[in-house]
Amino acid sequence: MKPSKPTNSATNSSPRAPRKIGSPEELRELQRVMASALFRPLTPHWGMQKRWIDGSRMDDVAAEFIKPNDRLSSFERLEIYNRQYWFRVLDCLYDDYPGLRAIVGGRKFMKLITAYLTRYPSNSYTLRDLGNRLEQFLREEPHWTAPRGELAIDMARFEWAQVVAFDGPSGPSVAPDDILDTSPAKLRLGLQPYLSLLELNYAVDDFLIAVKKRESDVLRGEASNAMDSAPTVRAHRKRIRPPKREKVYLAVHRYNNMLFYKRLDWEAFAILTALNRGATVQDSCAEAVTASNRTKIDWPAQIKEWFDNWSALGWFCRLS
Amino acid sequence: MPANPFNGFTEYGVGIGLRVPHYRHILAKKPVVDWFEIISENFMVDGGRPLEVLDSILEQYRVVQHGVAIYFGSAEKLNQEHLKRLKRLVKRTKTPWLSDHLCWGSVDGRYTHDLLPMPYTFAVARHTAEKIRAAGDYLEVPVCVENVSSYAEYHASEMTEWEFLSEVVELADCGILLDVNNIYVSSKNHNFDPYDYLNNVPHHRVGQIHIAGHSKFEKYLLDTHDHPVLDPVWQMYGHALKLVGNSATLLEWDDRIPSFDEVHNEALKANKFRDQQLATSAA
Repeated sequence: MKPSKPTNSATNSSPRAPRKIGSPEELRELQRVMASALFRPLTPHWGMQKRWIDGSRMDDVAAEFIKPNDRLSSFERLEIYNRQYWFRVLDCLYDDYPGLRAIVGGRKFMKLITAYLTRYPSNSYTLRDLGNRLEQFLREEPHWTAPRGELAIDMARFEWAQVVAFDGPSGPSVAPDDILDTSPAKLRLGLQPYLSLLELNYAVDDFLIAVKKRESDVLRGEASNAMDSAPTVRAHRKRIRPPKREKVYLAVHRYNNMLFYKRLDWEAFAILTALNRGATVQDSCAEAVTASNRTKIDWPAQIKEWFDNWSALGWFCRLS
Repeated sequence: MPANPFNGFTEYGVGIGLRVPHYRHILAKKPVVDWFEIISENFMVDGGRPLEVLDSILEQYRVVQHGVAIYFGSAEKLNQEHLKRLKRLVKRTKTPWLSDHLCWGSVDGRYTHDLLPMPYTFAVARHTAEKIRAAGDYLEVPVCVENVSSYAEYHASEMTEWEFLSEVVELADCGILLDVNNIYVSSKNHNFDPYDYLNNVPHHRVGQIHIAGHSKFEKYLLDTHDHPVLDPVWQMYGHALKLVGNSATLLEWDDRIPSFDEVHNEALKANKFRDQQLATSAA
């Protein structure tokens, strides 16, 4: 979904709520103020910030558009929503990124994703997409993950690929009959949109398996609008040693609607990447074999085995 | 008027929210449940396990869609991509009606993922009603809007919440998903009589009722959906049934979700309560 362009009053200035709401434009102004208040990070004590964007007292800003009651000030009533917003989004990313959390540590992870969501508030109606710009953010602000920036980016890519594999779209599968009469020199195959091919510098797959084994109680969160407590940096557990640097080629996919990740040889990865680029089967294979530094391989037999396997996994689909 | 245009002239009983921790139990044990309510957005996906589970549920149960992200009250226009996906799901589930909330939650393409209260003004009512009408026309299924629980009120409001709800549904010619627990929570947070609310909405437009549990904090109530239904809400539910008749009812339990059997027992309790109330009314 393409978000509409934020306006100055939504992002750069210090919006204030109109006194009367007599038109959709005035409604929009009110909603900009309230959303801006909600998107502002909480204090270390999980409260709303005392000062507004322009430095004025938040008490005064809230009182301009929120009524107090006999128990709660305008500030306190707005603070309930500010807290609920952050509890919900932090909890969601806490569950979706256990690997990244294990790499940077629980407390730093909370600060990192708070900074991420402050810079990139959700642009989708579904919490599923909340991490869709996390990789970009980690590249833009490497200080959050130093000295393990590259490892953190690998893990963020890997964990986002799992979101895509879980419920991403699938294309119509290619049956053997569909391609029987087509020469490899002309045959082009699509790859399922839910399949991600990752070239990684660390074995994040093994690391994540170890993390999940440790945190077997981590469950995928479900959309809920009921939250009542702050996400916590959960109990300290035995630290898992970060993976050593090594080149890993990974396919993240689903089979029978179950999530899997599969290590690939470099040549296999190169063939799939070339197919995904739109190259013919013949060119993809030739390109990979030519660039390979491995010898004594029966390439025709090896490539046939790979294609049989990928076909059985349902990775090929018709090109749109 | 249990069967009415706003719930597709159906006579559904007490349903349960379909939640992830219960999938395995439901698919394996096939418990007797009148209908399941699904969160639309959880199934507005392109593939994978969510749709596989949904299709298995649809083979055996009636399903009603309940959304959390149309945001009829947002100032911005309806999100066409969202509606397109929603309509695809409507065709899949054959839901006799669908519901979403009378609230806002996004502005300038940024989403709060919350159900935020509206300023209760006539201009906002007109704007919101136009969006509800447009959504209903596109989706080709009756739409009910649900009153949300709230923790804040705006200075700009010109009327009570129930007046605003009535204004919107009359202008939009749509149904109401009457959330009795939300009325109770808001009544305590904003110091009004919840029975004034129940008594003064257009009862003939109620297509469905929600009941749920909430949490008490020192200075306010929070709509947490993580407890059994509390006594004052049962009393209000009884009163609502007398006003609107044998309406489809959904027991919500969305957080700290217990075993399916525990949720199911609470739904059976609601069923029994409903029968007793309606018998008393008839007598």
